[in-house]
Amino acid sequence: MKRILTGIVLSLVLGGVAPAAEIVPPADVPFDEYGSVETSLSGTPGDPENGRALMNKGAGNCVACHRVSELEELGFLGTIGPVLDGAADRWTEADLRGIVADAKRIFPETMMPSFYKTGGYVRPGDGFTGEAAEGELAPLLTAQEVEDLVAYLMTLHES
Amino acid sequence: MKTRMLSLAGLLLAGPALADPDDDTLVINGEIEIVTKAPAPAHLEDVFDTIISGWHYRNDETQAIEADDFENPGMLGVEAARDDWFEVAGTGEESCASCHGEPEEMAGVRPVYPKWNEDAGEVRTLAMQVNDCRTSRMGAEPWKYAGDEMTDMVALISSVSRGMPVDVAIDGPAQSTWEAGRDIYYTRYGRLELACANCHEDNNGSMIRADHLSQGQINGFPTYRLKNAKLNAVQSRFKGCIRDTMAETFEPGSPELVALELYVASRGNGLSVEGPSVRN
Ligand code: HEC
Ligand code: HEC
Ligand code: HEC
Repeated sequence: MKRILTGIVLSLVLGGVAPAAEIVPPADVPFDEYGSVETSLSGTPGDPENGRALMNKGAGNCVACHRVSELEELGFLGTIGPVLDGAADRWTEADLRGIVADAKRIFPETMMPSFYKTGGYVRPGDGFTGEAAEGELAPLLTAQEVEDLVAYLMTLHES
Repeated sequence: MKTRMLSLAGLLLAGPALADPDDDTLVINGEIEIVTKAPAPAHLEDVFDTIISGWHYRNDETQAIEADDFENPGMLGVEAARDDWFEVAGTGEESCASCHGEPEEMAGVRPVYPKWNEDAGEVRTLAMQVNDCRTSRMGAEPWKYAGDEMTDMVALISSVSRGMPVDVAIDGPAQSTWEAGRDIYYTRYGRLELACANCHEDNNGSMIRADHLSQGQINGFPTYRLKNAKLNAVQSRFKGCIRDTMAETFEPGSPELVALELYVASRGNGLSVEGPSVRN
C-alpha cells in the first residue's frame, strides 16, 4: 500500500501536478561539518524495498564491496567495505544519508564512490563505454534513490 | 561520537573475511621453476613486504592449466608467433629470424622491458620495439599495438624468458617516465574515482563482488583469460580496469599506458617472467 502511494506521489511530482518537488540538487546538499545530512534530498519518503533492490543494481552496486547477511542469497558479496549488518544501530539517518550521498566527507579518502555529486572527476566516462562523458553529468544515484537506500539501511538492525 | 566508535569496530570485524592468496608453488612442464612470491623491491617496501603473482589468486584448476604447456591455450598464440617469426615480410624480404636467429635468442629480453632506448630517446615496450623492427628494419607494415599478431609475438618473446626475474630499470633516463606511470597508478579516475592502488594495493586479497583482487602484477602477461578465451595484452588489461572506473580510458600504445606499464612492471621486479599465463 505504502509503495503504491509513493508511486502516486512520485508520478504526480514527475507529472508536474504537485507543487515543485523539493529535490535538492547535488551542489546544494546541506552537509553539516561532520558530513551528515539532516533533510531529505527528495522530499519524498524513501522506499526500503527499492533501496534493497538498488543494493545490487546499476551505479550503486553496493554489494560489490559490502556484505549484508540479509542479502547473502545474492552470492559473491564483496569484502572491501564493512559488513552493513547493524548499520541502523551505528548511524543516524542523517549520517547514512551523508554516507550514501558523499562518503568522502565522513571517511576522508575512502574508496567508497560519491553517489550524489556531479563534478570534480578526473576523465569522467560515458558509463562503462570507456568513451569520454559528454554534456552535463547526472549523479550516479538520483535524490530519490539515495533516500530509498537510506530507508533500506535504516532497516538493518543487529539481531 | 558513540556511533563513530562503533563503526570503527564494524570496520575491524570486516578484516578476517579476507580471502588470502594461497601457498601453492608453480613449476611449468615439471621443469621451469617460477618465483611467484618475492621480497618487495626497494621502491615498494613501504607498501608491501612481499610481491605476489596473480597466479596465487586463481583457483586450483586455473592454476593447473598454466603449469603444463599442452594445457595452456596461450601456447597456441606462441606457436602462431613462431610461424610469423620465420615468415619473410616487407620490402627488405627478411624475417625476424634473418637478424635474430631462433626465438630462443630472445631469452633475457622480456625481463628488462619496458626499457630506455638511447637512439630513439624514449622508453620502449616490447610491442614498440617489435613494430620498430617491422617498420624501420624490415620495411613492413606495423602490427596493431595490442592486436593478435603483436600479442602472440610478445607471448613468444616472453615464453623463452620464463623463470627469469623481472628486472626493469627505473632510474637514469627512464626515471621521468617511471614517475609519470606512478602518478597514473595513484590517480583516482572516472566517476567512481578509483585508482589502481585502491583495488590492487589497498585491497588485494579482498573480494570485489565475485572477483578475488590480486596485486595487479604484470609478470604473467600476455595472459590467456578463460573469460574471453584469448591472449590479452597488458595494456588491454589496463584499459579494461580504467574503463571499469567509469572513466575515459587511454588507448594501448599511448604515452600514458607506456609509462604505466613501466611503473607496474617495476612493482614486480623480482617475480619470474610467467607469460603467457592463465587467468580467469
Ligand atoms: C568500491 C567499494 C564500495 C562501494 C561500491 C560502496 N561502498 Fe560503502 N563503504 C566502502 C568502504 C571502504 C567503507 C568504509 C569507510 C572507510 O573507508 O573508512 C564504506 C562504508 C559504508 C557505510 C558505513 C559502514 C558502517 O559502519 O556500517 C555504509 C552505510 C555504506 N558504506 C553504504 C554503502 C551503500 C549503500 C553503497 C551503495 C550505494 C555503498 N556503500 C557502496 C566501500 C564501498
Ligand atoms: C634487419 C634486421 C632485423 C630484423 C629483420 C628484425 N630485427 Fe629486431 N632488432 C634488430 C636490431 C639491430 C635490434 C637492436 C636495435 C636497438 O637496440 O635499437 C633489434 C632489436 C629487437 C628487439 C629488442 C632486443 C633487446 O635486446 O632489447 C626485439 C624484441 C626484436 N628486435 C624483435 C624483432 C622481431 C619480433 C622481428 C620480426 C617481426 C624483428 N625483430 C626483426 C634487427 C632486426
Ligand atoms: C575497481 C577495482 C579495480 C581497479 C580500480 C583496477 N583494477 Fe585491475 N583488476 C581488477 C580486478 C577485479 C581484476 C581481476 C582479478 C585480479 O587479478 O586482481 C584486475 C586485474 C588486473 C590485472 C591482471 C593481473 C593478472 O595477474 O593477470 C592487472 C595487470 C591490473 N588489474 C592492473 C590494473 C591497473 C594498472 C589499474 C589502474 C589503471 C587497475 N588495475 C585498476 C580490479 C581493478
